[in-house]
Amino acid sequence: MALVTGRSQRWRIWAAHAFLWLLIAITLFPLLAIVSISLRPGNFATGSLIPSEISLEHWKLALGIAVTNADGSVTPPPFPVLLWLWNSIKIAAISAFLIVTISTTAAYAFARLKFGHKHSILNMMLVLQVFPVAVALVAIYAIFDGIGNHLPWLGVETHAGLIVAYLGGVATHIWTIKGYFDTIPAEIEENAKVDGATHWQAFRLVLLPMAVPILVVVFVLAFIGVIIEYPVASVLLREEPNLTLAVGSKFFLYDQRYLWGDFAAAAVLSGLPITLVFLLAQRWIVSGLTSGGVKG
Amino acid sequence: MNPASVSLPRVATPSAAPATWLGRASLAVAIAVLLWMVFGLFAAGQPLVAVGVAAFGGAAVAIYGTARSLAWRYLFPGVAGMLLFVAFPLVYTVQIGFTNYSSANLLEYERARAYLLSQTSVDEAHAFDSTAHRASDGSYRLSLISRETGARFVTGPIGAAPGPLVLQPAESEPGAALSLREVIALRERLMPLKVQSPDGRVLSYAGLREFAPLEPLWTVNADTSLTQTATGAIYRPNRKTGYFETDAGERVSPGFKVSIGFANYSRMLLDADFRGPFVSIFIWTVVFAALTVVFAGALGMTLAVLLNWEALSRRTLYRTLLFLPYAVPGFISILVFKGLFNQNFGEINAILHALFGVKPNWFADPLLAKIMLLIVNTWLGFPYFMILCAGLIKSIPSDLYEASAIAGAKPLDNFFRITAPLILKPLTPLLISAFAFNFNNFVLIALLTEGRPDFLNTKLPAGTTDILVSYTYRIAFTDAGQNFGLAAAISTIIFVLVALMALLQLKATQRAEARS
Repeated sequence: MALVTGRSQRWRIWAAHAFLWLLIAITLFPLLAIVSISLRPGNFATGSLIPSEISLEHWKLALGIAVTNADGSVTPPPFPVLLWLWNSIKIAAISAFLIVTISTTAAYAFARLKFGHKHSILNMMLVLQVFPVAVALVAIYAIFDGIGNHLPWLGVETHAGLIVAYLGGVATHIWTIKGYFDTIPAEIEENAKVDGATHWQAFRLVLLPMAVPILVVVFVLAFIGVIIEYPVASVLLREEPNLTLAVGSKFFLYDQRYLWGDFAAAAVLSGLPITLVFLLAQRWIVSGLTSGGVKG
Repeated sequence: MNPASVSLPRVATPSAAPATWLGRASLAVAIAVLLWMVFGLFAAGQPLVAVGVAAFGGAAVAIYGTARSLAWRYLFPGVAGMLLFVAFPLVYTVQIGFTNYSSANLLEYERARAYLLSQTSVDEAHAFDSTAHRASDGSYRLSLISRETGARFVTGPIGAAPGPLVLQPAESEPGAALSLREVIALRERLMPLKVQSPDGRVLSYAGLREFAPLEPLWTVNADTSLTQTATGAIYRPNRKTGYFETDAGERVSPGFKVSIGFANYSRMLLDADFRGPFVSIFIWTVVFAALTVVFAGALGMTLAVLLNWEALSRRTLYRTLLFLPYAVPGFISILVFKGLFNQNFGEINAILHALFGVKPNWFADPLLAKIMLLIVNTWLGFPYFMILCAGLIKSIPSDLYEASAIAGAKPLDNFFRITAPLILKPLTPLLISAFAFNFNNFVLIALLTEGRPDFLNTKLPAGTTDILVSYTYRIAFTDAGQNFGLAAAISTIIFVLVALMALLQLKATQRAEARS
């Protein structure tokens, strides 16, 4: 585009490169530092970004293996990181599956069926989305405390209760899936109905197979959303073996018991897969939304 | 061949027949379970919950049991989830804001009263020393010696007949007494036992080696008041304060949950001890959210403009690397910063010490803590704005820049005359929603500073870096006596503010769409 390039252009490009590299250094510093710290011996060590001496003690502790020190004493793992990771994955997988299920059916109704108050319900969803869940924590705690009085397996301090609490957050996902259904011509299902299919069969056997890409995207988004969710989980789960990773991780950094190196290993161990999934999901979102439902 | 036309009828025919009787059976079961739950809740003294369950369950039965509404069969789970776990908590929060619900006033009136009436004390004067004995047939019996008279009694076998065990006078022990360890193993069976003493008192388990009459601490009077057995003082339930009180105003714990009107709100406005920190926290919340949007927005927009510059090479690499903070889970990167900013072991102070010889205490000084929060939040937030602005800049027609190049415009002119004015309109609603998000950025505060350092000289602990949401969390769930009512009242104020921001955002969106 730029037809005329002045003499100042060259040094401006250099300045831009320098500025960007400085910013990238600042951006990446915490991420590289945490990898380096996880490999340094001891919990209080400082040193250069490339560790001079590599020690795997923090990684062993993060993986639940007790470490035998040089003086013969044994350090047990401070926290059950793998158990927390498993809790997180279990809760996120079940929640995401249920969220996808109920969002998909609701999105189908919004995209294809006629019923009264459709617009007021859609507006209600938009309005509710505005209020962050962190502000209603008192009520959420009181609700699950009350449920627990009657159904102990669904109350406070249970994973089932937490999963149920996450099922309210379906509004955005319904919108996403509805948007995708809107791009698929309704004629395909109409044809199936002419062939004798019921509504449910047209939905289940015709529309759903075409919508698999968006369902995968929504599943991954819901999965990540639950994995990184902190406020509700921190209110409903308090006992150490019950915690999710998002709630448990902060216990590494208490002033009285400061486990910087152990935290670093646990953070890399749990953060790396989530980050990779997120970066992958970014790509899927683009490809999932641009390649429509009708091909050939 | 079209697979759908082949497989569909095959599925359709067999499923039609069982659907009728199987459907009816499961419908009947569902109704039965629902009725059982509703009556159970009524019996447990939870009429409102029972009505709620009946409404939701009834709606589900009506939708899935009858063929009336097809759409609602698909809609119900999602809409029910949103109503139950998003809409209802909002309404419930507002309601809690008008009550004294707290750790001191946790129970409903009936349950607080029942709790007081279940309290007992051991009547030591009429206690019996007890030993347990095993008979040859494997059954157990107790031998009791009255502390008052020294008389010895034995019971029949434990669990042989319903009702209280009856004591028989005895000359000696029925065989060797069980050791303490064996008695401990037997404790679960001893604790529910009732023993009828010869003078008509009912004795209960009072210790591993003791049975004694239990005296209730409270007795019921004809009106709703309770009499304290030990002192004879009369306590009346006070529906305004939520406690059982004497006429002199002495209270007994636990209190119960009552509506206290606008007391929580008047406390925010009128109680000087509370208002001081509350106003400071409110101001900091606004400043924090505004500065975050300004810093992260300015940085993100600058980067978007730079990365849109075609003369620059390696732009994709730069964009990918600069996007990373957004991809790392927040709870991990915030905690990483918490460690990096540590005064003694943190890498940031190590660098500052090497360069300038200073080791600032980021977590103890209010101003430094606030600066740290803004640094971390800018790091977390700029990639979002970078992506947003990049998308908006792409939509600006390139002939505008060509025209300005012919007119001899400088890059800064391009930015302030073309780019900024054109993307500011569509950006405004997004900036407002980013402001609203950071206004309630609970996770950052909770994981990085937990609101500390605290204000000195406040009755309720309040932090200089607390924002409104983290302050309510603190009041409700940590050190401040778990005052749910007060926390809910503050949350209600946040709802109003959030609603106002959403309205503002809607207006800005409409204006942006009207212009484009």
